[in-house]
Amino acid sequence: MADLKLDQIRKRYGAVDVLHGIDLDVKDGEFVVFVGPSGCGKSTLLRIIAGLEEITGGELMIDGDVVNTKSPRDRGIAMVFQSYALYPHMTVYKNMAFGLKLDKQDKSAIDARVREAARILQLDQLLDRRPSELSGGQRQRVAIGRAIVRQPKVFLFDEPLSNLDAALRVQTRLEIAKLHQDLKSTIVYVTHDQVEAMTLADKIVVMNGGNVEQVGSPMQLYHHPETRFVAGFIGSPAMNFTNVRIDAVAPGKVTVSAPGGIKSVLPFEVPQSEVGKIVELGIRPEHLAPGDEETLSVNGEVDVVEKLGDSTYLYIKLANGDRVTVRAPGHSRIKIGDMVTASAPAGAAHLFDGDGKAFVKVDYPAEFSAEE
Amino acid sequence: MSNSAAVKSGGFRLGLLLLALPLLLWLFLLVILPHIDLLLVSLRERISYGKYEFSLINYVEFFTEPLYWNTYVRTAVMSIFATVLTLIIGFPVSYYIAKVIRGKGKNALFLMCLIPFWVSELVRTFGWMILLRESGVISNLLQWIGVADGPVEMLYNDAAIMVGLVYTSMLFMVVPLVSVLDSLDDSLIEAGYDLGGNAFTITRDIVVPHAMPGIASGCIVVFMLTLGNYLTPNLLGGKDSLWFTEQIYTQFITRFNWESGSAFGFLLLVLSSVIVWVGLKLSKQTLSQTVG
Repeated sequence: MADLKLDQIRKRYGAVDVLHGIDLDVKDGEFVVFVGPSGCGKSTLLRIIAGLEEITGGELMIDGDVVNTKSPRDRGIAMVFQSYALYPHMTVYKNMAFGLKLDKQDKSAIDARVREAARILQLDQLLDRRPSELSGGQRQRVAIGRAIVRQPKVFLFDEPLSNLDAALRVQTRLEIAKLHQDLKSTIVYVTHDQVEAMTLADKIVVMNGGNVEQVGSPMQLYHHPETRFVAGFIGSPAMNFTNVRIDAVAPGKVTVSAPGGIKSVLPFEVPQSEVGKIVELGIRPEHLAPGDEETLSVNGEVDVVEKLGDSTYLYIKLANGDRVTVRAPGHSRIKIGDMVTASAPAGAAHLFDGDGKAFVKVDYPAEFSAEE
Repeated sequence: MSNSAAVKSGGFRLGLLLLALPLLLWLFLLVILPHIDLLLVSLRERISYGKYEFSLINYVEFFTEPLYWNTYVRTAVMSIFATVLTLIIGFPVSYYIAKVIRGKGKNALFLMCLIPFWVSELVRTFGWMILLRESGVISNLLQWIGVADGPVEMLYNDAAIMVGLVYTSMLFMVVPLVSVLDSLDDSLIEAGYDLGGNAFTITRDIVVPHAMPGIASGCIVVFMLTLGNYLTPNLLGGKDSLWFTEQIYTQFITRFNWESGSAFGFLLLVLSSVIVWVGLKLSKQTLSQTVG
């Protein structure tokens, strides 16, 4: 178990820059999740940590040692592959023992460790089977077991749940979370699924186009996204965005408006120079509710209704053509074609400038804060 | 209802039979029938003109004449050696084509393995003769740079035969190996490095076990082609080549002794079957795995 430090890590394939200088600190025992759309460089970054890709520039440190040029075997890491990468010609036992055998450990030590890992992962009954005789979830556990027996400093997971069906994915997610609690090891985990990121991570690294957009706890990313990209990526259904004009600013206050209804004073620190500019207002669907009780209100015609039982998603078309999703609690009676007003507390709003950077929010209620 | 289903399934069977007919005819007329005749001819002795009797004399002759069975054993050993050599050279080439090089270069390299096979085996073997003979390219080159002070004859020895055999069979080793190595998931190799392997242990424990069916099928094809090769040993080895196919040729064509030639042909068939069977047993492969 150890900490991991990335200092200005760059990766270039020929003329294409894939990673543009990544800085990251992972503390001992932390569960870090790299999340982002496909092609954002998250898998490449993981493979760099694993030693499967060469580093073009920057420094990678595991446990205080620079490991840039070290081979995977000397880095003290163990990776769980997306495809599991189990050896079809070996039994479960041999698959799990393979790394230890290469390490020239003695037979009884190997046996003890493999059986211990098999017990933790409930693979005891399957040790003599071949991977082809296992279900997807069992193969996944063998792949994890093969990593566990090596007692690595850092575990690396590359989209481990993407080949499982929905029900099994939830179950395995819980198992991985429990495993982390038991082993207390450092884990770096790559996924494109923000639910996995939110539920598993101590720290989420949101990546986009070879850059880190934001690093923070799940709740920090949810409540205080620093960029429009993070705001749109974290949360389901995705945050609503609509253009508004800045009419006036005062210390800790900004007045915004949009044709067709929105006119509101919001608690943001906005420089005087922004007055008159068009900025983006973001509101999460779950913070909007039908009715005009709250300060920030939108209205328009409902054009789609999705009923989920516990809640109803209303898709409202605003006067400026933007569509806003509202998550109404319970089984709503609102129908397609109804004119609806929905509102949210001013503290729930997010405001992004022309470059997609968030304005600083001040003075908001605890329910919109990441602090525990 | 049940009647029409029966008609349907009957029609299906007839269709299948018609589709398989060319193959069955080919197998029966050109493979099975000649071999039955070969066996019958080999088991008779000519008493006088047009008069034959059942006899094992042809086989007895084979075992009592040292030249025959010496050639037989030598052909088998040389063929096994040529097969192993082809595998040793072909494996890294196939690995490079299948796993290392990407994109256009991959197809270009594969094509380069194929191009020599656009000309006939005879022309390819003559190519080697032009290179290796006393007045050939290599001999002249050696004299020109001063390594040799007279013409060097490199033809008509076992090494020349080996060169020709390996060269002739290379494609038949590379094709199955490339296809089996192509199917090896890159992550299996990466996981090997991740688990602490090096190039040697990963090749031994992961790549070779995965490639085993391809290795077996490549070896079977190369071995059979080599064992049954007539042209290459004859041209590159000359009089000393002592290849068993030449003995068969001599029996049939020179001595006009069809009985003995048939026996030799049958013994060659037995030899290749036995060696392939032993090879499959040793490598723990089955024929269906290898072909399928």
